[in-house]
Amino acid sequence: MTVLILLAKIFIMIGFLMTMAVLLTWVERKQSALMQDRIGANRADIFGFRMLGLFHPLADAIKLLTKEDFIPPSGDRFLHTLAPWIAFTTALAAFAVIPFGPPVHLFGREITLQVADPPIGILFVFVITGLSIYGVVLAGWASGNRYGLLGALRGAAQTISYEVSMGLSVIGLLMVFGSLSPAAISEAQGGLLFGVFPRWGILVQPIGFLIFFTAAIAETKRIPFDLPEGESEIIGFFVEYSGMKFGMMWLGEFVEIVVMSGLIAVLFFGGWQVPYLTPAGFLFPGGGSIALPEGIVLGLQIGAFLGKVVFFCWFQMLVRWTLPRFRYDQLMRLGWKVLLPLSLLNILVTGMVLLTWGA
Amino acid sequence: MKKDRISQKRLNFPERLYLAEILRGLWITGKHFFRNFLMHIGRALGVVKKRRGAVTIQYPEECRPIPAGYRARHRLLRREDGSPKCVACMMCPTICPANCIHIRAAESPDPTIEKYPVEFRINLDRCVMCGFCVEACPVDAIRMDTGVVEMSASDREEFVTVLDFLLDSKPAKNPV
Repeated sequence: MTVLILLAKIFIMIGFLMTMAVLLTWVERKQSALMQDRIGANRADIFGFRMLGLFHPLADAIKLLTKEDFIPPSGDRFLHTLAPWIAFTTALAAFAVIPFGPPVHLFGREITLQVADPPIGILFVFVITGLSIYGVVLAGWASGNRYGLLGALRGAAQTISYEVSMGLSVIGLLMVFGSLSPAAISEAQGGLLFGVFPRWGILVQPIGFLIFFTAAIAETKRIPFDLPEGESEIIGFFVEYSGMKFGMMWLGEFVEIVVMSGLIAVLFFGGWQVPYLTPAGFLFPGGGSIALPEGIVLGLQIGAFLGKVVFFCWFQMLVRWTLPRFRYDQLMRLGWKVLLPLSLLNILVTGMVLLTWGA
Repeated sequence: MKKDRISQKRLNFPERLYLAEILRGLWITGKHFFRNFLMHIGRALGVVKKRRGAVTIQYPEECRPIPAGYRARHRLLRREDGSPKCVACMMCPTICPANCIHIRAAESPDPTIEKYPVEFRINLDRCVMCGFCVEACPVDAIRMDTGVVEMSASDREEFVTVLDFLLDSKPAKNPV
């Protein structure tokens, strides 16, 4: 039974991630079009139905699956095939510890709405996102292409630089909530700050959020940090990829966006918490309250989590279509000279505040 | 000698922090997003009619309006009795810089008219759409007012328009 529940949860999680990733390829086109006063992809049709271009992901999939899968003769066959799998699976795996909602009691069992809840959940995320760099480096190396290798080097340097700040930026948060488990952090954000504001991570750790968000965009390798890829100008690590292997790299990037959105929601925006919503219903600080049945509360909470994830996917797209790309030295300067000292300072200040006023 | 230099504004402190400037940029693009988003929804519901959410003209379905006087594909005019207005005076092939007009003249059965074209071919493949033929014509027999700008063919021969085709071409309906 436990195994069945676990399998069901894995199935739902992968289904959710893949659906989101596929939809995001459409959102990316449509949103950028809206932002630039264009219409965007709307030509793929089935029997004349265009559905606002929603068939384009389907057309993409067909195109990628039927294209020639080319491995350069100077490349390494095995590693060249392995790299997209690493990039893709590590992107998927990081979502395993992110809770969709509070634990549910069903048929006398307590079911947590996440695939796994290790006590070191946040660490697990960092380990997995750290591993994802192997996909980039191997792809660049196994291509047997100098430009690919240079792209992979840029990718490696960028990931190392920003992973440090990313890890350090959440330490302050972990100190405040006193846990490494995403479920516990989500749970802890249900409290109130000064009895009025929801005790969300963004309010207790605004600087931490800024650093984390910046590093998260760098992790997903998107503009303004898309130096490893830079498809059209500086040529990235997947130049020599074609067909579905390229598709996996590409889809993995969108999965990473969803994962990062989920992580931001869990760490800084209360996860599945709705402000002032307790298991019994709404309880406002002014004294008003609305009693709600358990099912509706659960629905609201899961809905809130999904809404937050969708919002941050949207916001990352907004950032991607607004900012220009950093130059390489600017990237390094921002990472090592701004974000790293700032995150260290953040830890220091958080520690002092916690010591003075207590948790 | 004074050197030309690209003037570069020194950024002040808040600008060098990037954050406010990034938010300003996000505000601009976000504004476009929401305005166009609402406009598209409004158009789909029929609330917004005049303004549109995008500047895109969806080409094969909608075309840009063709202004009056725009030099499009040629046509030849007829007299009231239906015979070609052209008198085969050879003005247009003479002035044509692309040498794309070919006329074969014959004696006209009408005693008041000297000649008429037996053959009148314009090779659109060569035509540069300069409109000199229209200006050179002494009898206003050729015009470029059909409004047809989409000329495509899979064969070079198809670009050669013949007399009957030119005579049967209609002027554009409502030039702007």
